Amino acid sequence: MGPFLETLFGGLMVGMLYSLIALGFVLIYKASGVFNFAQGAMVLFAALAMARFAEWIPKLTGLNNKFIDNTIAFMLAVLVMIVLAWLIQKLVLGKLVNQEGITLLMATLGITYFLEGSGQALFGNDIYKIDIGMPKDPVFIFEKTFEGGLLINKEDLYAAVIAAVLVALLALFFQKTATGRALRAVADDHQAAQSIGIPLDRIWVIVWSVAGIVALVAGVIWGSKLGVQFSLSLVALKALPVVILGGLTSIPGAIIGGLIIGVGEKLSEIYLGPHLGGGIEIWFAYVLALAFLLVRPQGLFGEKIIDRV
Amino acid sequence: MLYRENGQFKTSYRGDQQIFPIVQDRIAIGLLLLVAFIAVPLAADEYLLRAILIPFLILSLAALGLNILVGYCGQISLGTGAFMAVGAYAAYNFMVRIDGMPLLAALLLGGLTSTVVGVLFGIPSLRIKGLYLAVATLAAQFFADWAFLRVPYFTNNSSSGSVSVASLSVFGIPIESPASRYVFCLAIVCVFALLAKNLVRGHLGREWMAIRDMDVAAEVIGIRPVYAKLTAFAVSSFIVGVAGALWGFVYLGSWEPAAFSIDRSFQLLFMVIIGGLGSIMGSFFGAAFIVLLPLFLNSVPRWLGIPISVVTASHLEFMIFGALIVFFLIVEPHGLARLWSTGKEKLRLWPFPH
Repeated sequence: MGPFLETLFGGLMVGMLYSLIALGFVLIYKASGVFNFAQGAMVLFAALAMARFAEWIPKLTGLNNKFIDNTIAFMLAVLVMIVLAWLIQKLVLGKLVNQEGITLLMATLGITYFLEGSGQALFGNDIYKIDIGMPKDPVFIFEKTFEGGLLINKEDLYAAVIAAVLVALLALFFQKTATGRALRAVADDHQAAQSIGIPLDRIWVIVWSVAGIVALVAGVIWGSKLGVQFSLSLVALKALPVVILGGLTSIPGAIIGGLIIGVGEKLSEIYLGPHLGGGIEIWFAYVLALAFLLVRPQGLFGEKIIDRV
Repeated sequence: MLYRENGQFKTSYRGDQQIFPIVQDRIAIGLLLLVAFIAVPLAADEYLLRAILIPFLILSLAALGLNILVGYCGQISLGTGAFMAVGAYAAYNFMVRIDGMPLLAALLLGGLTSTVVGVLFGIPSLRIKGLYLAVATLAAQFFADWAFLRVPYFTNNSSSGSVSVASLSVFGIPIESPASRYVFCLAIVCVFALLAKNLVRGHLGREWMAIRDMDVAAEVIGIRPVYAKLTAFAVSSFIVGVAGALWGFVYLGSWEPAAFSIDRSFQLLFMVIIGGLGSIMGSFFGAAFIVLLPLFLNSVPRWLGIPISVVTASHLEFMIFGALIVFFLIVEPHGLARLWSTGKEKLRLWPFPH
């Protein structure tokens, strides 16, 4: 029982990170219909910015309080992501209005390459550590319930709390603020939203900024766990099967899909992997999503796809 | 002034339906083939052949295959690298496991194996489309990456999935020197380009295009979507498989699964988009552009005399590449092939446009 539950928890933790990446993806797709391939690159870019700012600030200002340094670095990284969102809207998507989905997808692939190149050119290409002071020591829980108990990283628990807070904040933002309502209106129907005076350009900048901030949080959690490096951008590709599984337009779908993929991946690696030669983690998520698509093309929570003739 | 079609009257349907209905086009293409087959192998140095022309030819073949699927049938695929890998490893297995297997037969059998796999992964396209399909084809990509790394049978029990082939020959003629490799690739590419051009002009191509433009309407006028989509997957992955086998056998010589990674898939998709969706000519333009661009970007700082490190250069390459793709999509979303045909249209009226 112990090992199974530990794998399960491990899977949930990885899945939560997939969910965070997928969340940014769904936000953009819902609001602007852009299939944002660059979400992974944005995670990498944001994490690199945060890691390097946190390193540079003490050197430049002489402040050696870790909390203040990290806060300033985080704020700066948020600023960078907002500027980035504005630039993307201004220079790329604003010029591609009314193009087909595939053209927009290609444009985000171009953005991916640009961000990967410029992120590493600006911030360096080593492995960086983000240290936001998360406790690293493992704890045992449920020791009374069964023998040996469960080994869990405190860090993972903190990460889960951060992710939950982020999702709650997003939900509040979407439900309670005027901007959030405007965002939901745009997601429902571009033309109707525009006709009642919601400025689409500004909304898209906001959506990309929010997605950028979500990417930053995902990057920080991931970076403090495993370090920031180029492969982060590839891991983020896993967000694609997650959104497919959960449905392209559903935020709860992104979260639940991420958890299913994370858990499925870890459990299959442990229980199926040895029979198939190991390393099946790299394709399991995709094949699961593929199999799922055959049964339910719109995903778990997606809107039913209706073709108008 | 030279490019006028006045006075070229078509008196038969055959004449009207030629691939190149204008005499000047026929002369130009004949000259191009003459130069490509005879002058280039004689004149070009080894670097030009090995580093530019051979990869250009093989990648244009792969882009051609992908263009049939994406450009003509409208089924987007991010798993091209996987189908190339299947072609390469299947051809390798046929070569190694069967004694006296001729090279050409191995290449074609590799293509056929890739066809089978392509149709298998094309089945989801019957239910899903567009961007969902893109993610489904990613499954093919990652599954192939894994399979050739982990299943020892496919790589003849070699470690880490790296395999190599030695001493190629066709009809008793050894294919060793860069020039002979180049001519071999060129011949195959020409044959496939001709076949593909005729396929897309025929009823099958029209079915694909009808499905691409509006699948419901196509179904209403009696086109079977299952047949049209799966044949597109089959033809496309056959060509891509042959290109993959050529890439392994003729260009690389020895390779491992990383040669056909997801980056390759993206690269091919870029070629098709930049070259022009739904255009045979565009595949060649796109391949030329993508092959030449990194070489160009690498040599610019040297010409200008700016010393930059290799790492910075590769980052800059990424940035410029990304920016160029975006730039292209904004300026000419229909690709280089559209620029080419606009240019030709202008040339017809030159120097006195009305």
